[in-house]
Amino acid sequence: MSGRCPLLAAFPSTAAGLNDVSRRDFLRICTAAAAAVGLGPLAAQRFVEAAEAGIKPSVIWLHFQECTGCTESLLRTTHPPVDDLILDLISLDYHETLFAAAGHQAEAARIQAMKANAGKYVCIVEGAIPTKDNGIYCMIGGRTALDLVKEVAGNAGAVIAIGSCASWGGVAAADPNPTGASGVSDVFKDKPVVNIPGCPANPYNLLGTVLQYATYGTLPALDDQGRPLFAYARTVHEHCPRRAHFDAGRFAEAFGDEGHRLGYCLYKLGCKGPETHANCSVQHFGEVVDAWPIGLGHPCFGCTEKHIGFAMPLHATVPIGRPRPPDTYPPIHSTQGGVSPIATGVAGAIVGGLVGAGYMASKRLAISAASEEPASTPKKSEG
Amino acid sequence: MGISRRAALKGMLIGGAAAAGATSASATAAAVTPTEEAVGLLYDATLCIGCKACVSACREANDLEADPTGLGPNYHAPLDLSERAKTVIKLYAEDGETSFMKAQCMHCVDPACAAACMLGALKKREFGIVTYDPDLCIGCRYCEIACPYNVPKFQWTKAAPKIVKCELCAHRLKAGLEPACTEVCPRDAVIFGKRSDLLREARRRIAAEPSRYLPKVYGETDGGGTQVLYLSHVPFEKLGLPVLGDLPAPSKARNVQRSVYHNFVAPLVLYGVLGAVTWRNRRHQALEEEGQR
Repeated sequence: MSGRCPLLAAFPSTAAGLNDVSRRDFLRICTAAAAAVGLGPLAAQRFVEAAEAGIKPSVIWLHFQECTGCTESLLRTTHPPVDDLILDLISLDYHETLFAAAGHQAEAARIQAMKANAGKYVCIVEGAIPTKDNGIYCMIGGRTALDLVKEVAGNAGAVIAIGSCASWGGVAAADPNPTGASGVSDVFKDKPVVNIPGCPANPYNLLGTVLQYATYGTLPALDDQGRPLFAYARTVHEHCPRRAHFDAGRFAEAFGDEGHRLGYCLYKLGCKGPETHANCSVQHFGEVVDAWPIGLGHPCFGCTEKHIGFAMPLHATVPIGRPRPPDTYPPIHSTQGGVSPIATGVAGAIVGGLVGAGYMASKRLAISAASEEPASTPKKSEG
Repeated sequence: MGISRRAALKGMLIGGAAAAGATSASATAAAVTPTEEAVGLLYDATLCIGCKACVSACREANDLEADPTGLGPNYHAPLDLSERAKTVIKLYAEDGETSFMKAQCMHCVDPACAAACMLGALKKREFGIVTYDPDLCIGCRYCEIACPYNVPKFQWTKAAPKIVKCELCAHRLKAGLEPACTEVCPRDAVIFGKRSDLLREARRRIAAEPSRYLPKVYGETDGGGTQVLYLSHVPFEKLGLPVLGDLPAPSKARNVQRSVYHNFVAPLVLYGVLGAVTWRNRRHQALEEEGQR
């Protein structure tokens, strides 16, 4: 696998099928794919068996309001390389970016694949779906995205929303959201939608989901936001390589300062890692070491969280959900609290004033009592 | 009566010595001894690496809020035991000498807090653990004042405040688990067990490596004995463990109270004198009134 450039390999001139790859090579590819997505060696064996029997999951990939970044990041994986993926492991029947066909030809391929694999194909949606004004802000072949997603997802075996845009609107749905951009699960409610958010989504999280569906016919366990638990169960903070700096209270205070250059924690620069559920910190992008935001010295953006990415200011800090002890120690006898001289003075003045007022009041009371006494005695005698 | 006076005296002496242990406590003092089932902790300050896994685990096991006092809102950083921290790791560092120190309830053999608690909210319950029953607590905070180790903490920030203190994870013990702090300790610097076993282990460690430890197990007899024991190479008072002597803190108060009411003599004498004075005064008054007539 070494020496193969995935970019060049992504568009092979020949339609290399199973027959051009040795069984040994193919097993290796399948094992790599299974291992990369955590499915185990048994799954690799089953990929091979399925592929040899000619059963490859048909995938229809729809593009709507997006930047194609999720596709671009998928093209840069090498375990397995994307050519192996799209030619040997899955049958990619419709993908606007990777298609040789265009226009009516492309649309015909989609309709044919939908017919041939009705109820069994995987529908992957990349990009948000505009809902305002009947969805006229994104149209393909004269049909709105809204219409297309209902048709294609409606006949699919599994529906996967890749990227933050398809999951819940992403950048297209950022305030003020002029097109009414929505996620797949917002407009399509007939089937459970697997959300694989991220900007871009980590391709391995997609591979894992697709390969599990292809091999076992099941979808991975999801959290309450439809995200696969195998990838989104823990926060970035839990496995962050800079975590030791957070625990020790060492922070970069500004981009390019001493702490930033020393690789200190980026929390104060607005890192959303403590609240962002994603596996970026352990599964870097495109197998390039440190190819992920925090690895490159930028705070986590929180793209896998609906309420953070594109919803919260980039450099605002998030509250820490589960605070833990810092790497500092209290002394044996710590002084806590204390009274400032000003507070003592103010309290003294108030107490002094009250004592003085009380004294004066009692004095006046004595005077008035004394002055009343002679006045009341004659009254008594009169009565 | 088949027992001779001599045999009875001998038995009393042996029993007294056994009750007080092989310590300097006099056989005459009514010493409280740890029960056979008493459990506790043994903290070895020479083994602790200060990772604070126990502080973290304690907070989670006891469902406490984070205490950010020491270092801003992002950390659970108590400066001392607090209403939100049932255990805390402190650092002693002076003259090039350093040691960690784990603070939590000592689970005294004769606890001052329980003696001060008027309704028995704090009480030695199962396994000799000093546990807290919020239903019996009236919020007087006498326990805070009584404790020589400054352990019970009052929830000043709550509308319906309670007392917060380590209860040796009694809820976990019931479920067959050990306390959270001992479970997570990566170096077994703090271990859980029967007090008698822990004491034996502590003595064994000192005997095995006399140069490593001070020749004393803190809590064996201090303050009448505690169920949490300490080993250290730094004098214990520098770690914040007070020099208390061998008598439990409540013993003095108890002696005073018991002697006051001993055979009810003092109240009888007091009320007798008061009654006599009243009777005398009234008689005087009656005589005066008669004289006026």
